[in-house]
Amino acid sequence: MKLKEIAHLRTGDKGNACNICVIPYDEKDYPLIKERLTAERVAEYYQDICRGTVTRYEIDTLCAVNFVLTKALGGGVTRSLCQDRHGKSLGMALAEMEL
Amino acid sequence: MKKIRIGCGSGGCSYERLEPAIELVEKGNIDYLIFECLAERTIAEAQRKKIDDPETGYNPMLEERMRIFLPLMKKHGFKIVSNMGAANTPAAIRKILSIAREEGITGLKIASVIGDDITKMLPMYADMPLWDSTQPLSTLEHITSANVYLGADAITEALDQGADIVITGRIADPSLFVGPILHEFHWDYSERDKIGQALLVGHMMECCAQLTGGYYADPGYKDVPDLHRLGHPIAQIDEEANVLFTKPEGSGGMVCVDICKEQLLYEIGDPTYYITPDAIADFGHVCFRQAGKDVVIASGATSHPATDTYKVNISYLDGFIGVGEISFGGTNARNRAVLAADTIQKRWQIIGITPQEYRIDYIGHNSLYGDTISEHIHQGSFSEIRLRIAVRTKTRSDASRLIREVQCMYINGPAGSAGIECTVKPVLAVENILVPKTDVNYHICWEEI
Repeated sequence: MKLKEIAHLRTGDKGNACNICVIPYDEKDYPLIKERLTAERVAEYYQDICRGTVTRYEIDTLCAVNFVLTKALGGGVTRSLCQDRHGKSLGMALAEMEL
Repeated sequence: MKKIRIGCGSGGCSYERLEPAIELVEKGNIDYLIFECLAERTIAEAQRKKIDDPETGYNPMLEERMRIFLPLMKKHGFKIVSNMGAANTPAAIRKILSIAREEGITGLKIASVIGDDITKMLPMYADMPLWDSTQPLSTLEHITSANVYLGADAITEALDQGADIVITGRIADPSLFVGPILHEFHWDYSERDKIGQALLVGHMMECCAQLTGGYYADPGYKDVPDLHRLGHPIAQIDEEANVLFTKPEGSGGMVCVDICKEQLLYEIGDPTYYITPDAIADFGHVCFRQAGKDVVIASGATSHPATDTYKVNISYLDGFIGVGEISFGGTNARNRAVLAADTIQKRWQIIGITPQEYRIDYIGHNSLYGDTISEHIHQGSFSEIRLRIAVRTKTRSDASRLIREVQCMYINGPAGSAGIECTVKPVLAVENILVPKTDVNYHICWEEI
């Protein structure tokens, strides 16, 4: 099962860091996401992109998790050589991960 | 119970759709219309324009907006708060006054907040560490601007003194919303939950249509009705700090719990510790509840006391970036694109210029995610590929010379190359430092029409 079948995501940027929040369509899937979608797995998945660390924040009242990837945007929106300087497309990659 | 309605007419970019803001005013029954218009680099770019023409440097849509909204203010009785002043708030005010005269508008008090520009004070902070590196400020050459993210206080003060329009330069985005809320309800910063709810309003609203279905639609997964008529959001807040989000009736888009969840976590690190100049917001226990069609109730935000520093946005010239792109079609497109990239790199050796840094991407294959993820997602062959080469150099001439090798590919490269586009631009980079709040003095200037 791919993550996109049970959850939706939104991606944002702050300096050279990217944050990706993951929200299950059905709150019943929140424990599964917490169990399987660890910071370690996300760091491994983005190994070509994230040069820093991955931290996961859990927001239980929303049944959502938020990942912060540091040094992930090629220097940040103002100096990145990437086509996607904000990293706005990065969450859609995580949606394709096999859970 | 007293309650106010705040509409957001623009979200964080120099340019924004106008029609939804008019719809907010005509159908949204709003008390305040906020235009948030400054991305990270906007002021730096505006500052450069101001050097060429001292009467520019404010938001490029200011004139168009004021011609529409000044008459509507008189008709509907709302106030405007905006950071459209950008790098030149005094010139923005002069422009508003001249438009008011031309349109025959009178009876408005206009306040401007001055003092975010601290470029002249920078020598004091030479040893201050930069956020995105371990280096001190003194290592940045060619600084072009330095602006403090001011807080809500200046806006509250201006509204308390009777302003109908408040124009600022750099200010923390949520503060544009917190200012009017504190003016209306006179909450003290020690009322942690109420301040938290005010910051929640500011944070949720500052990206405008991202709360009503923008940046959300994903056909088959998350369908958004009438995206082309996307409405802009309205926050309603009462004196007990009860908050709801909605949009004008009949507009496109939607307001639902899932969108609110996405937007709460947008551009946030630790949700329990979101630093703003007004207070540290704690969104760790926020709840959203659908209370009707396109109505979501938001509760549970709180806050911690503010820090004693302001964040400063510093822009500086950081060399040049050259980008060249070229397309290839057919089932062998990828191989021809790779041959083009190899050829270009070998020609860089022939001309003897080495970029400080470069990237080679294949748009349609790996330009967004790199090889590992792209190969995981990708299935089947490509019908077309666009090679993209980006270089970083110290001088414009080096960037131009390197990218010229892309420009020469039609005649000197693989078969069937198409659509060459090349650009070379100076890099206006942004860094941040923190400075003591006590060092910064803003003041309010007044005009009446």
